[in-house]
Amino acid sequence: MRVDEETIRHVARVARLNLTDEEVRRFLPQMKDIIKAVSVIDAVDTTDTLPSFQPIALPDRLRDDDPGTCLSQEEALRNAKGGSDGYFKGPKAV
Amino acid sequence: MTMRASELAGGVRDGSIDPVEHTEKVLEEIERIDKDYHYLNTICADRARKAASDLKKGGSKGRLAGIPLSIKDSIVVKGVESTGGSAILKGYVPVFNATCVERGEKEGAIVIGKTSQDEFGFGAFAVNVGKGFRIPKNPIDPTRATGGSSGGAAGLAKKASFPTISYGESTGGSIVNPASFCDVFGLCPTYGRVSRYGLIDYGNSLDKVGPISRYLSDVALGLEVMAGHDAKDSTSADAPVEEFSSSIGKDLRGLRIGVIKESFGEGTEEDVKDAVWTGIKRLEGEGARYEEVNTPLAFEFGIPAYYIIGTSEASTNLAKYCGMRYGVQEETADGFNEYFTRIRSENLGDEAKRRVMLGTFARMSGVRDAYYLKAAKVRTKIIEEYKSLFKRFDILVSPTVPYKPPTFDEIGRLTPLQHYMADVMTVSPNLAGLPHLNIPAGMKKGLPVGMMAIADHWKESELFRAGAPFERP
Repeated sequence: MRVDEETIRHVARVARLNLTDEEVRRFLPQMKDIIKAVSVIDAVDTTDTLPSFQPIALPDRLRDDDPGTCLSQEEALRNAKGGSDGYFKGPKAV
Repeated sequence: MTMRASELAGGVRDGSIDPVEHTEKVLEEIERIDKDYHYLNTICADRARKAASDLKKGGSKGRLAGIPLSIKDSIVVKGVESTGGSAILKGYVPVFNATCVERGEKEGAIVIGKTSQDEFGFGAFAVNVGKGFRIPKNPIDPTRATGGSSGGAAGLAKKASFPTISYGESTGGSIVNPASFCDVFGLCPTYGRVSRYGLIDYGNSLDKVGPISRYLSDVALGLEVMAGHDAKDSTSADAPVEEFSSSIGKDLRGLRIGVIKESFGEGTEEDVKDAVWTGIKRLEGEGARYEEVNTPLAFEFGIPAYYIIGTSEASTNLAKYCGMRYGVQEETADGFNEYFTRIRSENLGDEAKRRVMLGTFARMSGVRDAYYLKAAKVRTKIIEEYKSLFKRFDILVSPTVPYKPPTFDEIGRLTPLQHYMADVMTVSPNLAGLPHLNIPAGMKKGLPVGMMAIADHWKESELFRAGAPFERP
C-alpha cells in the first residue's frame, strides 16, 4: 500500500491529531518503514482460519441483574475541573 | 543478601519487625534512589505511613504484611496520581483501587509509589516516557536503559536494599524485558489470570498484570495474592489459583524443554547465546531433557501481527482521554473536535502519536481486512503453532531480549522500527496469552542476560519449577 504525505495527514485527521509540518516530515519515513514491515503478514496463508480477538476462548459472562455498588456522583466528578451541578462540562458539540 | 519479602512479612506477623520503623527506612531509601535513578513517578509517603501505622495497630497481618509494593504507573491506586506515564493524565487521582492493589493491601502490603514506564507501555527501553517524565536508569549501569515498559518496576526491584515486590504490566513483553535488563525475576501470567480492573489499558486483549522481584519465591508470592477471578473484569478467568511457591524446588527430572532455534540466530548477541545455553545445560544437569524446535510463524510474523493488533486496540483505548473528566483539562472555548484534537496533540508523546496513527490506519475502511483482520488470523496461527509444541514440551526457552542492556546513546540511534524489533522474542507469547518468566541467566561483561521460559496456558507452575535452580540464595 502506498503511504505518502497525504496518507499521513488523513490518518492524523481521523485519529484527531494535529500534526505540525515538521511532525509530518519526521513521521512520514518512519510510518512508511513500519507499514512496509507489518505488511509481510500478507504472505501468511490464512484460508479457513478464524481471527482471534482474544488469546483464550472465554465464556460470555453476564452478572445477575441486581443493582450493585458503584461510584457516587461526587466521586465520579471528583477529577473533573469544569463540572458543575452534577454534570461534566464539555466543549460545545454543535 | 537482602531478606526475602516473605521473610519480612513473617517478621511483621510475629512482631519481630516493626512495620512503621521499617516503612520509614524504606521511604528514606526510595527518595535517595529516585534522585539518581528515576524509578518512581510518584512516592506516596503519607499513604504508606498510614498503612504501616494501621498495620501496627492491628490491621490485617496477611501474606504480604508490611511488604513495600511498588505499582506500575498504569495501575490505579486510590488517592495517588496515576498517569500511565502520560502527560495527558497528569493530575488524575483515582477514586478507586485496581483489584490487584486492593488484594495486596488486604494482605497487609504497603504501597510506596508508582513506577516509571514508557508512556502507556509504548516501548521496550522505558525511554518513551511521556512529556515531562523522567527516564529510569539501569541499576547496574546508569548509562544504560532499564528495559521497558515496566522499567521503574524492574529497576527498583534490583536496586532496593529492602525486600519488595513490584507490580508490572505486559502487553508485548513489558515485564520480562525490563526484568532481563535489570537482573531480576519477572513473571507475565496467562491472559485472564490476574484481573485487569483498574489498569490504564494499552491493548485489552493483550494486557496482563504480573509481579517482578529479586527472588523467584517472592514473584510466586506476589502472583498467589494478585491472581484469581474478579467479577469486575469480564475477561478474568475462573481458573483455580495454585500455591505457585510449592513448585520451586520440585524435581526437574522429566521436564521437557523445547529450545526455540530461531531465537539463537544472527540477530542475537554471542554473549546472550552463551549465557542462555549455559542456563539450558544447567537445567539438563538437573534432569530436564531438551530438544531444539522451530517456531517459524511466531518468529517471523509475531512482530507485525502484534504491532497491528496492539496499536489498533491502543488507538481506540486512548480515545477516552478527551480532556473533560480527568487528567489534563483546559478552557473549552473551541468546539468538541477542535478541543479533543488540541488536548491530544499537545499532550501525547511521539511514540503515542505514531501508535495511534498506525492503529487508526490498520482499522480504516478499505484497509481493515488486510491489516487488522489479517493480523487477528495470523494470531490464531501463532497460537496453534505454540499449542502443538506444548503437546510435546512443558516449557519453551529462548533469550528474553537478543542483547544486553544498551546505552542511551545506542538507543538514540535506533529508528522506531528498530525499537519494535527489541520485542522479537516476547511479542508472540504475549499474542498467544501464554505465561512467561524472565530468569536471570548470569552476567556477561558485567551486564545481565535473561533467559525466558514460556509455558502453556495456566501452567505457571512449570515456570516456577524451571526457574528454581536460578533462585538467589
